[in-house]
Amino acid sequence: MTSFSSSFRQGLKDIVPLMVAYVPIGLLWGTLAAGKGFTALEAMLTSMFVYAGASQFVVVDMWREPLPILLLVATTLVVNLRHFLMSASLSRHLGNISGGWRYALMYILTDESWAVTERRAQTHTIDLGYILGTFLPLWPTWFLCSFIGAVVGNALGDPAVYGLDFAFSAIFITIIMGFWKGPRTAGVIVASGLAAVLGKLYLPGAWYIMAGGMVGVIFAALMHSEDEA
Amino acid sequence: MNSWFTLHWSWGVTILGMAVVTYATRLSGLLLLGGVEVKGRMKAALDAVPVSVMMAVITPMILMTGKAESVSAIVVAVCAYFRAPLVVNILVGMGCIVALRLMLGG
Repeated sequence: MTSFSSSFRQGLKDIVPLMVAYVPIGLLWGTLAAGKGFTALEAMLTSMFVYAGASQFVVVDMWREPLPILLLVATTLVVNLRHFLMSASLSRHLGNISGGWRYALMYILTDESWAVTERRAQTHTIDLGYILGTFLPLWPTWFLCSFIGAVVGNALGDPAVYGLDFAFSAIFITIIMGFWKGPRTAGVIVASGLAAVLGKLYLPGAWYIMAGGMVGVIFAALMHSEDEA
Repeated sequence: MNSWFTLHWSWGVTILGMAVVTYATRLSGLLLLGGVEVKGRMKAALDAVPVSVMMAVITPMILMTGKAESVSAIVVAVCAYFRAPLVVNILVGMGCIVALRLMLGG
């Protein structure tokens, strides 16, 4: 058995590049929020309690007064429906982690820490130390940077100038390629990518994320033959 | 005037609503599948979740934004295929996109 602290350190090591990437993105979100009238506290509370970057960017874009509360909440729900697939998949790797910890960990589930943990689960057993090491550090990074962004944001300029808006695409592409297992992976990539494009073109709002996710998963189920392990 | 620490009630209600539905999505998969033994076709489906979800999230950004994004995505994918470290791929991606946007004028 590996000790809690050595697992935690391994998780931390795996997540540090993503923590660094969270800084400019968090600052950017805080800046955008301040531009829409958020106070720094409101920006930080959103990042602390909602803590779902993709939905926060979508929602802040739609933000106007008086607040269309139901629309904003419903949009958040649609963008984050993918978490269903993520937590279902992750629940298989939680091993002997107790129920209380599982509920707490799900609260701070993000695309990035989840992807890193799933990647690790391909070759190692996941324990509480590892998952805390990958899940926990991103949370304060995100909400503190949101606060700072809302206070000083406009001094930063346009992040696109430095290519920062592309950082998360590069991260996701790298993680996707880490799951590469030959032609069948290519099939899943093409199926989900195609469905996402069609969804983006023909479905309202953020439904393309769920459409792409579901089609990739269904494709993999259909390609499965029962004689495999 | 707003100070940094003002909290409007309508903002608070909206933030709380968004937080509740988001936590619900995060719990849903755990509650529905936690403890169930997964094998066969179900396992194949769940194993495809990481690639499917991440692909769905980034595809509009990398394929429907512009040439610079598409080409940079391909360059990063090739680097990643040859197991370049994450930090290298981020820097390559950022360098590529900046250079291509300058060259393509957008």
